[in-house]
Amino acid sequence: MTAPSEDIPVTELPADPGTPRLAVEDLRIVMAPSRRRPEADVVDEVSFTVQPGHVLGLVGESGSGKTTVALALLGLVKRGLAIGGGKVLIDGQDILSLSEHELQKVRGKTVAYVPQDPGSALNPVLKVGTQLREVFAIHGGDADRLTQVMAEAGLKDPGPILASYPHQLSGGQQQRVALAMAFACRPRLIVLDEPTTGLDVTTQRRVLDTVRGLCRTYQVAAVYISHDLAVVAEIADHVAVMYSGRLIEIGAAAELFGSPAHPYTRGLMRAIPSLEMSHQLLGMAGSPPRPGNRPVGCSFQPRCEFAIAECELREPPAVIVSDTGHAARCVRATEVAALSGTALLARERTAPPAEEAVLTISGVSVSYTNKPVLREISLDVGARKAVAIVGTSGSGKTTLARCVVGLHKDWTGTITFGGKELKPGVRGRTQDQLRKIQFVAQNPYGSLNPRQTIGQIIGHPLSHFTKLSARERDRRIGDALTSVALRESFATRYPDELSGGERQRVALARALVVDPELLVCDEITSALDVSVQAAIVELLLRLQAERGLALLFITHNLPLVRSIADDVTVISAGEICERGPVTQVLTAPSHAYTRQLLADVPAFGVDQSDTG
Amino acid sequence: MARRPEAVVILGRAVRTPRGAAGLVIAGCVILAAAIGPAVAPYSATQFVTSPFARASRAAWLGGDVLGRDVLTRTLDGGWELLAMAAVATALGVIVGAVLGVMAAYYGGWWDSLIMRSVDVILAFPQLVFALLLVSILGPKIWLIVLAVAISHAPQVARVARAAALDISERDFVKAMQILGIPGRRIIRRDVLPNLTSVLMVEIGLRLTYSMLIIAGLSFLGFGLQPPTASWGLMINENRVGMIANPWGVLMPAILIALFTIGVNTFTDSVARASLGVGGRATEPDPVLELAVEGTAQ
Repeated sequence: MTAPSEDIPVTELPADPGTPRLAVEDLRIVMAPSRRRPEADVVDEVSFTVQPGHVLGLVGESGSGKTTVALALLGLVKRGLAIGGGKVLIDGQDILSLSEHELQKVRGKTVAYVPQDPGSALNPVLKVGTQLREVFAIHGGDADRLTQVMAEAGLKDPGPILASYPHQLSGGQQQRVALAMAFACRPRLIVLDEPTTGLDVTTQRRVLDTVRGLCRTYQVAAVYISHDLAVVAEIADHVAVMYSGRLIEIGAAAELFGSPAHPYTRGLMRAIPSLEMSHQLLGMAGSPPRPGNRPVGCSFQPRCEFAIAECELREPPAVIVSDTGHAARCVRATEVAALSGTALLARERTAPPAEEAVLTISGVSVSYTNKPVLREISLDVGARKAVAIVGTSGSGKTTLARCVVGLHKDWTGTITFGGKELKPGVRGRTQDQLRKIQFVAQNPYGSLNPRQTIGQIIGHPLSHFTKLSARERDRRIGDALTSVALRESFATRYPDELSGGERQRVALARALVVDPELLVCDEITSALDVSVQAAIVELLLRLQAERGLALLFITHNLPLVRSIADDVTVISAGEICERGPVTQVLTAPSHAYTRQLLADVPAFGVDQSDTG
Repeated sequence: MARRPEAVVILGRAVRTPRGAAGLVIAGCVILAAAIGPAVAPYSATQFVTSPFARASRAAWLGGDVLGRDVLTRTLDGGWELLAMAAVATALGVIVGAVLGVMAAYYGGWWDSLIMRSVDVILAFPQLVFALLLVSILGPKIWLIVLAVAISHAPQVARVARAAALDISERDFVKAMQILGIPGRRIIRRDVLPNLTSVLMVEIGLRLTYSMLIIAGLSFLGFGLQPPTASWGLMINENRVGMIANPWGVLMPAILIALFTIGVNTFTDSVARASLGVGGRATEPDPVLELAVEGTAQ
């Protein structure tokens, strides 16, 4: 990418190198008080700066307040919230003090926003070109720059794209259009809210490169919001970690990820699977406090393995741990940062002896209206083995899972289970086959009936396959809950009282209560935060070992495969690219597609394997 | 702890809003008047009390009707059958419509085509015309009117129920039950229908007002309760020639029908609002937004 020669409004500003482009000072966002509860802060004491041309990664798990902060940078707050204090200075101008009318001029021109889902941010009934020209028209830009802006966003041949409607573009193209729109008027600050979450790794890699290139070229300051630490490590110069509405750690990316100074950041690092080695994923116990319900002292202290008496007394101030400005809000920050590496424990996955295959898929093909979705897929799942199927979205991996469990019945080929051929649909299968193959769906927020108690939900498969007395049934439900590390008292609760991780445990319990032999898991951790993912994965592996389960694990997450699977099959566009033991495929891939996938996986670029 | 049934929770919330309380009080007054009316009416509905279209007097507070009967008595006496018929027609129509709509959505394919095309055919007739058609062929029998109104509701309810059930049938918790080989009937009863509670409650309210209007309309046109029985629709027709002499004969039944409709509609509206966010969410929670909503809901 080359800097255009023409003059650009942004560079006219003689920002001296010391002045940050964006400075957030003591930002506080509150929930208005009501009769039922006093005022509660959702975000408090958030301060950071971003220099021109730099990218700040703002990371945190769901509910940490990162999106609330991002919106405040645009002068917006969610319904029910209000700015409680602080400043958001863009080149010295406090945008929180502007009127709504003034803000409208600022948005798009001074501050731009790239949303998580570009598909919903673009108007579906207007052509892309019309929407882009509108941006220029509103902010008085030069519409002749249209093609140039498109090219900068990585759309080399803008003609056909400008003439398309948003739905005719791929997810990656849509996100590039959103980027072009955001960079169109040369903003001084750009806020990106998880812009690559819905994209596959290869597209994600390219979008990340584009964003970084544009920020450097035009000296735009960027705030990149993400829950994915590895993605942030790829793009950000500095990283700020949020927990429970506070900024708990900030520092240069390499330094922060290399030697995290806050126990929470350290915990997150240990929860993330690594592509290079299979290590134990350590989840964090407990869950973050809700606004208005924070403990006295440090918010993280109830979950913290480093907690000491002092932590309960007051909120810890920021402790600077290095002269480059790396700081953490932890009384023991210096000690934590001094611990070398993140002390990952390598996992020895002793591949179980080659036993007879429980599930054999041979020559399975599926097509929707003459368009092939799966072509001649063949693979085996041995008893007690964990087999991962990896592919990007649209590769057909979920369709394959649905064929195995009988949800999809229009396929050709043969699938045998336990030596007997499986009929395509659920109806043709025997009770025994139905019981022995169980399925866990991706999204725990959709897979539990909100009108039933957990006990009822887990009880349905049990009463369908067995004739047990009420007491025996309750005992089995209790056992199932205990086995997924939930208390038996959960049986009387409803799904909306549970967190995402707890819900996914219930979904696992429902699958395991009837003693299956094969568990099909479709992206079961992709909707969860990393610390929760770690706990679920460890639970799954423990259960697999205890019960001798065969596991068919569908995922797009390659590092996770390293930690969980014995064998892996890589699928692209409905065809098998490569299959074999994980150690071989991930270390020495033979297929070009696998190599590309591996190269595009975001990584920390710091050696985590130090044992400390 | 088992939760109170969702319908109860929603009704409870609706009643506590000013809108819901107002609607309930208005509709409740009309229902009360119709229910205890026959017992407290000063005369018999067919007794000649005064002269035709006599003005209001101490003997007849609201004057006389076309034949000199007491308007007050006939107003109090002429509602309960109308309301009962409307209630039964609504219940029948919503039950049949909901079952058909959910079946169409859940089973899809051939079932869906058969049910929804039949629905389209019935929908081609305006509701009143459809009821008139049946009643004019088979005669003004009460059971037939109720049935005709129920049949005219069912397709509209089926449409709404199908749309809502289509979404529910694609949810993962339904798939989870299908994978086990659990029969469709049981999945519909246990997993799909309970998730349509709020939709169907709103539908009941809407259909009740329509039932009332259609039945009163049929009665006005002479297809309904036959003279000399008192009925609000019939009263409007009988007394309209004397509107200038004694307007109460037309006004009273018209006002009561209007109040009932307004009351039920207002209450239904508050039910629809109250049902938002009741009974668990199926989407990912946003803790901040949730607290904000909690704050505004009270």
